[in-house]
Amino acid sequence: MSEYAAWDWSVGSKTVANLAECDCEIQWREENQASPDGEQVAAVVNTGEGEFTVCVNGSCWEPRYERVWYLRYSPDGRLSGLACDEGDWTMCIDGEQWEETYGFLFNTMFSKDGSVIACCVADAMTYGMVVDGVAWENLYDNANNFHLSADGQKTVAVVQTVPLGQAEIFKFKEGVYSVAVDGEAWDVNFVNAWTPRFNADNSSVAAQIRLNLFDYTIAVDGKPWNTVYSQVWEPLFHPKNKSIVTPVRISGKWGMAQDEKIIWQPHFYQVWQQQFSPSGDRLAAIVCPEYGRWTLAVDGKTWNTTFGDMVMDLTFSPDGRRLAALGKQDTKWTVIVDDRVWSGQYDMCFAPVFSPDSQHVAARVEKKGKYTIAIDGKEYGQNFDQCFDPTFSPDGSKVLIRAIAGGKYLRIVEPVANIIG
Amino acid sequence: MEERVWIKDEGIEAGAAKLTPEKIEKTINAVFDNETGARLKAYVETCIHCGLCSDACHFFLSHDRDPRFSPVGKVKQTIWPMLKNKGKVSVEFMKQAVQVAQTECNLCRRCVQYCPFGIDIAYMMSLVRRICHKQEITPLYIQDTAHSHAATMNQMWVKDDEWIDALQWQEDEMRDEFPNARIPLEKEGAEIMYSVIGPEPKFRTQLIYQAAAIMNETGMDWTMPATPGWDNSDMAMYTGDSEMMGRLKRMHFDTAARLKVKKIVMGECGHAFRSVYDTGNRVLGWRMPPIPVIHALEFYWDLLNEGKLKVAKTFDEPVTFHDPCNVVRGRGLHEKAREVVRAFCPNFIEMIPNREHNYCCSAGGGVINCGPPFKNARVEGNRVKAEQLKATGVKVCIAPCHNCHGGLEDIIHTFELGIELKFLGEIIYEHMEKPNAV
Ligand code: SF4
Ligand code: SF4
Repeated sequence: MSEYAAWDWSVGSKTVANLAECDCEIQWREENQASPDGEQVAAVVNTGEGEFTVCVNGSCWEPRYERVWYLRYSPDGRLSGLACDEGDWTMCIDGEQWEETYGFLFNTMFSKDGSVIACCVADAMTYGMVVDGVAWENLYDNANNFHLSADGQKTVAVVQTVPLGQAEIFKFKEGVYSVAVDGEAWDVNFVNAWTPRFNADNSSVAAQIRLNLFDYTIAVDGKPWNTVYSQVWEPLFHPKNKSIVTPVRISGKWGMAQDEKIIWQPHFYQVWQQQFSPSGDRLAAIVCPEYGRWTLAVDGKTWNTTFGDMVMDLTFSPDGRRLAALGKQDTKWTVIVDDRVWSGQYDMCFAPVFSPDSQHVAARVEKKGKYTIAIDGKEYGQNFDQCFDPTFSPDGSKVLIRAIAGGKYLRIVEPVANIIG
Repeated sequence: MEERVWIKDEGIEAGAAKLTPEKIEKTINAVFDNETGARLKAYVETCIHCGLCSDACHFFLSHDRDPRFSPVGKVKQTIWPMLKNKGKVSVEFMKQAVQVAQTECNLCRRCVQYCPFGIDIAYMMSLVRRICHKQEITPLYIQDTAHSHAATMNQMWVKDDEWIDALQWQEDEMRDEFPNARIPLEKEGAEIMYSVIGPEPKFRTQLIYQAAAIMNETGMDWTMPATPGWDNSDMAMYTGDSEMMGRLKRMHFDTAARLKVKKIVMGECGHAFRSVYDTGNRVLGWRMPPIPVIHALEFYWDLLNEGKLKVAKTFDEPVTFHDPCNVVRGRGLHEKAREVVRAFCPNFIEMIPNREHNYCCSAGGGVINCGPPFKNARVEGNRVKAEQLKATGVKVCIAPCHNCHGGLEDIIHTFELGIELKFLGEIIYEHMEKPNAV
């Protein structure tokens, strides 16, 4: 796949593939995946009893497997699937499999630019991660909460470093879990650890930990904060420095702590999914300011619009000045941007997408089983049977729509002005 | 009155050995001062000790009306002295209190219907459990389950790959019967996320098979996650670890939200329903589940009424139906359940009492999860259930809840009732139209 700027941004619509056509005999076709540039549509297909492969734009990968699952496009346009041949698992990328095989592979992850593909491995009852085919040297009795750094250079997971027998509750309370970076565990154990995350240059890792059954805090590179809380959620590093923010619960209410200092007073019923703006100047989170009502707070200040069901998918604009999220009220979803709600009510909305110049917000939306995209609250004129997330052109003047209608996969480039009117 | 038996449990004993009078006082008062309010005060002040709640409780009835097993008797042995003495109670008292609250009350809420003031004894027993959690005297086996939840986000120490493997294995199995069947993993935008409890991938994979068969044959657009968050169960709710309960439920709802499903359909489990529909969502700030949660009983009823589920043949043996507390008193699904049962089982015989007045299985509320040390007491404490089952004269009982199965199985065995237990999904799977089967 070519660079994003070099994608075909000429306005128009084309049928890329007829989904009924495939150059091999197929029994059934599984979920469709569209490539980021919109030039490909792919799906796992069954080619006979217990035999699977992947069909891309009507043409099948050569290898056949007992199973292929979790077919996903990497952000750089490579197509990956977890594949099993005679009981051994590998990753098949664009029809070429890793040389290495393992007992079981799951949970594929991509670096932000897609150049690194990783996944989790279970082999001979031991657990760890595999990056571009290569597994950690040390595998553990158990591992979970797997994470790949944004640049793909580092991996981290919560690992079990001490064997635990049946109902060994006292041993558990002494701590049998740690955090392993590239397979190397911290030299300290905790009762629990969750959601380890890297800082921007991967030199530091922070994770939620539980020191006993009651005291929760954050550990940074194995060292717990001095302050403990009755609950914490996932830590997040500032994009430019080693400062860490995390929601914390104090006396029954949630606030936000930065490096153990309270920066948002604990007066919320809930605070989570915090995000820094790209420069790190602003901090936003999903909050519950009043029991049963949900909204966003930016730098501790709560938006006026609230929702009764839920708020999800908080997204900063590239310039950090704008903020969008999804809100749900009385089972209907909508998009909220800068504290203003789109007029459309949908059965489902997908994560909002900003244009590179931060001027526009687009989202995939669904009503009564029909999908389309909407920009700044205005829907595209055509409905589809299925649709993928929209992508703006580099200058923000056009939008790429990837959709399926009448059994055909379409690639549409439309001027934004035509949609927003 | 027969002598009271205080059972030895390793978790309780080891925790109690570390207790000091100061710690006891501090934890009790911390819970009362910071975590209770008008509700507890009203309950304590309103109760006139009339004992009308007694006849509601299967423990009381099964222990020949021993008042120590009555609902109000349980409060008398726990909350009242704690309040009266402002937390100054002995270690011995706490050991007995944890047995009462954690193993002699199923939090079944039958008694709340019998109290003229609607006093919720289960709420008070939950408070006692919370105090015991803070004192680390929770019984060993259920504490271990709470640890499993914390470490793996599921009830049975199921590792991330084992879950996926169980689903792929069931999918393969299904293809002998339904050649094109699928268990779609991680299907973003599906209508339904189907969630189950930890024991299903571990011991009861046939239930996943049957549910998947129903999904496939009724043409549902559904998915299951391939990540933690698949398990809807929650023993932390029953050990008083409400922080962990919140963590588990957040994971569950986050997973459904990530998959962009419209609703969560859950298997035949009662306690998990209580956690997802009532307690867990609320501890996080949601009045109602943020994504609608449909219990299997309601889901079957919907399918039947929409004409998607069709009866191919009936199950003609006489059957009875056990109403699980959490979906009947907790959600009112008893009539819908009966409509589905009657559609498949024409010889349906009610047990008496029934619907919201049904007796608990005595496994619920985490009691069965306290494990072997308490098994005999649990079974003896539910002789009335055995009598109630026996009186139906049937040989098949449908119990749409995992814990109920565990509890009823022990009762059936001990009292030699010779009754076979079934999940409703099992009967549906065996008797529905299967257009895609070979
Ligand atoms: S077991 Fe049920 S009826 Fe008995 S006290 Fe507990 S909640 Fe009440
Ligand atoms: S019925 Fe109500 S008022 Fe009477 S003893 Fe029981 S809880 Fe107290």
